[in-house]
Amino acid sequence: MWYLCVFFHRLLDYRRPEVEALAELFGAFEDGRESLEWKLPQLNHPDSPFHFVNLPSEDIARNIANRSILVKGMYELWGEGCSYEELEEAIKAYPDECKLPYLTSESTFRIIVDSFGKVISFEEQNKRIQRFTYIPFKGRVNLKNPEHKFWLIETDEYGSNNGLPPVVQRRLFFGREVGAADRKLLPTYQLKSRKYLGPTAMDAEMAFLMANQALATPGKLVYDPFVGTGSILVAAAHFGAMTMGTDIDIRVVRDGRGPECNVWSNFKQYGLPMPVSLLRADNNLPPWRPGLKEVFDAIICDPPYGVRAGGRKSGGRKLLKGVIDPYTVPDDKRLGHIPSTAPYSLAECIHDLFELAARMLVMGGRLVFFYPVIREDESTETHYPEHPCFTLVAACEQILSLRYSRHLLTMVKKGPYSEEIAAEATRMHLDFRENHLKWLEDGKLHSAVFSPINYQNDGSVESKLNKDSKPKYRGKYV
Amino acid sequence: MLSSNIKGVTNGFPLVIEVQKFVEKQVDFNSDFLKNMFPKIEWKALVTAARTMGYAELPEEVDSSMLESEDFLQKFHHALLELHLEEGALICPETGRRFVVAKGIPNMLLHEDEV
Repeated sequence: MWYLCVFFHRLLDYRRPEVEALAELFGAFEDGRESLEWKLPQLNHPDSPFHFVNLPSEDIARNIANRSILVKGMYELWGEGCSYEELEEAIKAYPDECKLPYLTSESTFRIIVDSFGKVISFEEQNKRIQRFTYIPFKGRVNLKNPEHKFWLIETDEYGSNNGLPPVVQRRLFFGREVGAADRKLLPTYQLKSRKYLGPTAMDAEMAFLMANQALATPGKLVYDPFVGTGSILVAAAHFGAMTMGTDIDIRVVRDGRGPECNVWSNFKQYGLPMPVSLLRADNNLPPWRPGLKEVFDAIICDPPYGVRAGGRKSGGRKLLKGVIDPYTVPDDKRLGHIPSTAPYSLAECIHDLFELAARMLVMGGRLVFFYPVIREDESTETHYPEHPCFTLVAACEQILSLRYSRHLLTMVKKGPYSEEIAAEATRMHLDFRENHLKWLEDGKLHSAVFSPINYQNDGSVESKLNKDSKPKYRGKYV
Repeated sequence: MLSSNIKGVTNGFPLVIEVQKFVEKQVDFNSDFLKNMFPKIEWKALVTAARTMGYAELPEEVDSSMLESEDFLQKFHHALLELHLEEGALICPETGRRFVVAKGIPNMLLHEDEV
């Protein structure tokens, strides 16, 4: 059945993939399909918040909407039109057997008037509600806690410079709410009230989106190899998953800022189950027992890409370059010895992440991670890293600055791991590093993002800046 | 799950647990999670580990039919999720290298001469 799916107007790239992921979680693909059918209302821009989606049942639609972060509402559409006359006709034509069960005298209801891109005054809202005398509402009105919520949603012509996609034509929708996102989660989990924060703690909304992409749910084990302050795992734990994390910086995971301000306290703060384990380890030299495979149901992380935080791995800089020989740590100094670490380039880091995920994820398990992309050259196609075990199911861009954006990649493990696959992956990694991503090496991304603009080339760069600083249509910036 | 990954070590599993202090934490019981984890666990290692932490209730031999027993699941739950090594060490069975556990966090990072 088709449902009207209205999104919050933000993170445009993340909206449909979130619904797709949750559809899988709630069993919409049990008949063997791999993706949902989508339609846009007529004359709508793809960035419009209004979408139609075909879902197998109302229960699935409700579950998806209630668990989502970006779905403002999922509605059973009773009618739509370009004018109130057209809307009335459409609602009257909608079959009674679909409408009457929700209009009975024992039920309670309310009608909510909403709009996209403009504000409707309270008075106007009331006028619009009073038009619905042609719907035989028999129940009592209950504004606080109604059984059924009916929505009238309007879009209309508005000023062209408010960052919204242009509306071609006035459109009215009337429908019964099936489910809606619980955005109250966001103030509860917002970072400013989080006890223990790091410089790269993941924003709560994004962390929930990541946990949804990873299909975090009770009974599953979710792992973050760059756990830091645990900001991503908190979201996974909220959805009931067991969590586990590692980090190479022992101060972050072990000490935090004291006994009541550390990774554990971040879970305690929300009454969430603690991670089953936190440890300090190096993803370049992971300490898993030989033969340990397929334990994690999902791996979610934000790898260090060297813009706000750089990666480290074992071994001194000079040691890895071969300038000095490995030295032996004297026995009496072993206990307190702090092993040296070296910068860890993103390319290498992604390679190790793939290796880890290919080996340690269950079949069908999900790898969800952020990947930075330089925006300077928009003409070239973005190349995402690949691995023979993984299929990319979603890539969602979030623009961070004029210079670069980060893409949330969701990959599903479709092929089993073997030594041959690992060798093939290493070959692909080298090839990828050679051909696409020179800037992923040590420090290059940092300079691409922070180096001053070269004004000597003037013209092009400057006009681009001017053009971008007053965008008419903001698209993915929202 | 962990092993010693020092270069050249072939049999770094299971790590021997040296207990200085352990804590019991209350964790909500979830049988789905336990059933999910059961086939992935090296049972003997878990039995030994639980024993070093003073919990000897786990049976020596197991098979998946035991997952139907509530009593067994409770024991498994306690051993797997509620026993935490707070201070101590994990010791490599081959080389005797101590991986220190402090404040509940095992430090698995290698020294330069072990990479």
